[in-house]
Amino acid sequence: MKKQVPVVITFIVGTVLILSVFFPPAERLGEDFSIFFDIIAVFAFFLGGGNLIRIHTSKIYNKRQDWGFSVVTICGFGLMLMAGLFKLWNPGGIAADVAATGSLFQLMYDWIFNPLGASMYALLAFYVASASYRAFRAKNIDATILLIAAFVILLGRTPLGMYATSWIPESFSIMQIPNLAIWIMVSPNLAGQRAIMIGIALGVVSMSLRLILGVERTYLGVDND
Amino acid sequence: MDKSKRLSLIIFGGVIVLFIISWIIKISLLQEAGMDSLLSIRDAFFITFAAFLTLAIFSFLYKDNPYYKFAEHLFVGISAAYWMCVGFWSTFVGNFIPKVSTTLSDFFEVPPKEFEIHYFVPLILGMMLLMRLSPKGGWLSRWSLAFIVGTTAGLNLIRYLRTDFITQVSNTFIPLLVDWKGIGPFFSDFSLSASGQFVMTLGNWVIFIGVFSGLIYFFFSKEHKGFFGHASRVGIWILMITFGASFGYTVMGRVSLLVGRLTFLFNDWLGLIS
Amino acid sequence: MTNIGLILSIAAIIGGLLWLTIRSLSGREVERRIIFLFIGIAVSVPLLFDITFSEKATPIVKGVYDKVDNLPSGSVILISFDYGPSMAPEVEPMSNAFIRHSLAKDHKVIIMGLWATGQSLGASAVENVIKKEFPNKIDGVDYINIGYKAGNQGVLNVIITDFRKMYATDVNGVDLDSVQIFQGIRSLKDMDLMISVGGGFPGIKEWVLFAADPGNIPLAGASAAVSTPLLYPYYPMQLIGLLGGIKGAAEYESEMKKNYPQFADMPTPGIEMMGPQTLAHMVVMAFIVIGNLSFFFAKRRKE
Repeated sequence: MKKQVPVVITFIVGTVLILSVFFPPAERLGEDFSIFFDIIAVFAFFLGGGNLIRIHTSKIYNKRQDWGFSVVTICGFGLMLMAGLFKLWNPGGIAADVAATGSLFQLMYDWIFNPLGASMYALLAFYVASASYRAFRAKNIDATILLIAAFVILLGRTPLGMYATSWIPESFSIMQIPNLAIWIMVSPNLAGQRAIMIGIALGVVSMSLRLILGVERTYLGVDND
Repeated sequence: MDKSKRLSLIIFGGVIVLFIISWIIKISLLQEAGMDSLLSIRDAFFITFAAFLTLAIFSFLYKDNPYYKFAEHLFVGISAAYWMCVGFWSTFVGNFIPKVSTTLSDFFEVPPKEFEIHYFVPLILGMMLLMRLSPKGGWLSRWSLAFIVGTTAGLNLIRYLRTDFITQVSNTFIPLLVDWKGIGPFFSDFSLSASGQFVMTLGNWVIFIGVFSGLIYFFFSKEHKGFFGHASRVGIWILMITFGASFGYTVMGRVSLLVGRLTFLFNDWLGLIS
Repeated sequence: MTNIGLILSIAAIIGGLLWLTIRSLSGREVERRIIFLFIGIAVSVPLLFDITFSEKATPIVKGVYDKVDNLPSGSVILISFDYGPSMAPEVEPMSNAFIRHSLAKDHKVIIMGLWATGQSLGASAVENVIKKEFPNKIDGVDYINIGYKAGNQGVLNVIITDFRKMYATDVNGVDLDSVQIFQGIRSLKDMDLMISVGGGFPGIKEWVLFAADPGNIPLAGASAAVSTPLLYPYYPMQLIGLLGGIKGAAEYESEMKKNYPQFADMPTPGIEMMGPQTLAHMVVMAFIVIGNLSFFFAKRRKE
C-alpha cells in the first residue's frame, strides 16, 4: 500500500503523458494531468511555507542559537502572507491582480523582496573577481585554453574589444576580438554545450524510464514503513 | 558590559540614526518633487529600507554580522510567502475554484466554469502532500509525490529525446565545405574574414568534431587509449573552451547585478545620478 | 570638474592595480577585501561619471530585432517573464525593449510568466512602460497580462493545445473569451512570435522543449548571461535569436534608437550599464594577469 500504490500512480501518469504525444484521444487526459500537476504544485508552495514555519517556531521555542532571526523570518513571512492573501491596499479589490501597483504586496516585492534577492546575487560579483585573482591559473594546457577563451569573451563582450582591434582589415576580421568572441560562442562553445546537452538528454530519458517502470524508487524514501 | 557588546550597541544606534536621517531627507525630497505628503512618507520609508537591506547584504563582504543575518532571514520569509500567495491566487483560485464551486467563484470574483468532479483529484493529492508535515501521516504524501514524479518523467522523456537528443544529433550533421565552388576558387578567394568561406568551414568542422569528441570524452565504458584517447583529448579542449566562455559570461552576469544594485543606491536612494 | 573626477578615479584604479602587482610579485598576501574594493570602485566610477559606449547589434541579436520588425502590424507576440530579482537588472531592459518595439510596430502583446515573480514584473512593465509611454494602447485590445501559473513545463504542455484550459482569465479576472486580443487565439500555435525572457528553470530551454519544437512556433530568447552559453546549441534552428546578458540588451536598444526616431530619448539601461561592465571586465582581466604572474614568479622562486 505504502510503496506499491505510488509506483502504480507514477506508471499510469507517466505512460498517459507519453501516449498523449502519439495518440490524440489521450491528449485530453494528458492535459488534465498537467493541470492537476499545476494545482498540486501550489500545494508544494504551501508545504514549503508550512515547513518553514515549523522549523523556525521550533528554533524559537527551543531558544536555539540565533533564534531571534527566526522571529524576523516568521514576521516577514506573516506580513507578506497577509498582504498577499487579503490583497491589502490593493486598488482593485479582491478581483484585481495580486501584484497590482500600489498594493502592499507589490510594494513589499519592489522594496524588500527585489533588493534582497538582487543584492544576494550581486555579492557573487565580488567573489568571482576574487576567484579570478586567486584561483584562475594557467597551470597546464587545459587550464590555459580555458583562460584564453575566458579572456577573449571578457574582452569581446565589451566595446573595448571592438576599439582595440577595429584596425584589423576585413580580410582578417576573424582576428577582431568581438568576431573571435562570436566565433567561439557559435563554434567550439556550441559543440561543447551540445555534447553536454546530448549527455544530459540521455540521462533524463533513462532516468524517466526507470521512474515510470518503477525501477527507480529512491524518491519514495529509504525507510521501510 | 564588555567592549564588543558596547561597540555593537553604538553601531546599532548609529544605523538607526542614519536610517531616520535618510528617511527624513528622502521625505523632503519627494515632497519637493510634488508628491503627496502621506505617499512621500510611505515611499521614502520603503526606499530607505531597500537601501538599508542592500547595504546589510553587502556588509557580508566585510564579515558575517547581525545586519546580514537579519536581511537573509527576512528574505527567506518574504520569498516563501510571495510564492505561496501568487500560487494561491493565480493557480488555486484561477484554475481550481472555477471548476468546483460557483459560490467560491463568486466570493473570489472569478468567472465560474462547468463543474468537473475529477478536479477533486488534485485537491486530494494536494492535501496528501501537506500530510508530510504530520509525523504519522507522512507516508500519504508519497502518493502525491508519485504523481509529480510521474508527470515530470512523462513530460520530459519524449521532449528531451526529441529536442535535446535527436534534433541535436541531426543539427550536428552539417556541410563540412561551406559554399564550395572548387579547390581553385577556395584558394584564390582565401581570406580570414569572419563571414568568409574558410572561417565558416572551419566553424562547421569544429562543431562536427567537437560534438563527437566531447561525447567520446563522456563515454567511460571504454578505456581512453589510442584513437579513442586522442579524440577524448580533443573533447577536453573543446569543453575547456566551453567552460572558459561560461566563465566569461558568468563574470558579465554577476557584474550586471552589481551595477543594478549600485544604480539603485546612487539613483533612487542618494540621487547622485539621473 | 567631472573630467577631473573621472581622471582621478581611473588613475586611482590603475595605481591600485600597480600596487597589487608589486605586492603580488613580491609574494605577499593581498586581503580579499581589497579585491572587493577594486570591483566596487570599478563599477561605481563609470556609473557616477556616466561613461557610455556605442553598440552594434551582432547577428544573433539582429535575428530577434529583424523578426519583430518584419512581422506585419497586428501580429501576436507573446512575452514570457521567466525571471526574478536575481536576474532582473540584466534582463528587465530586454523585456522593456521588446514591449516598446512590439507596440511601436502595432503588434499585439501577450504578457505571461512561468516564474511567480513574473507576476510582479509583468505588472510593473505594464505600469511603467505601456501605460506611461503608450497611453493610447488599450488593455485587452493591444496588450494583455495573463500572469503566472504554477507548474513549469506542465503549463506549456497545456497551452500548446488550449490557452483557455490553463488561463481562463487575465490577471484582473477578466474572462479571456470576452477580450478582443484573444479572439481567434486558441493555443500557442496561433502566436506569430514567442519571446522567453529569463534564463533559469523554467525558462528558454523549457520553451524550446515544450512549445517551440513540438509546435513549430518561432521562439526568441533573452537570457541572463550565466545561462546564455548553454542555449547556443538551439541557435539558429530552434531559436531565431538570443540576447545574452546586458550586452544583448545594449545591442537591441542601440538598434531601436538607430531605426526609430521616437526612441531617441527612451531609457536605455542596457547601454548605460555597459560602461561599468567594461571597466569591471578590465579589472577582472587585470586580476587574472596579476594572479598568473605572481603564480609564475612564485614557481620560479621555488625552483
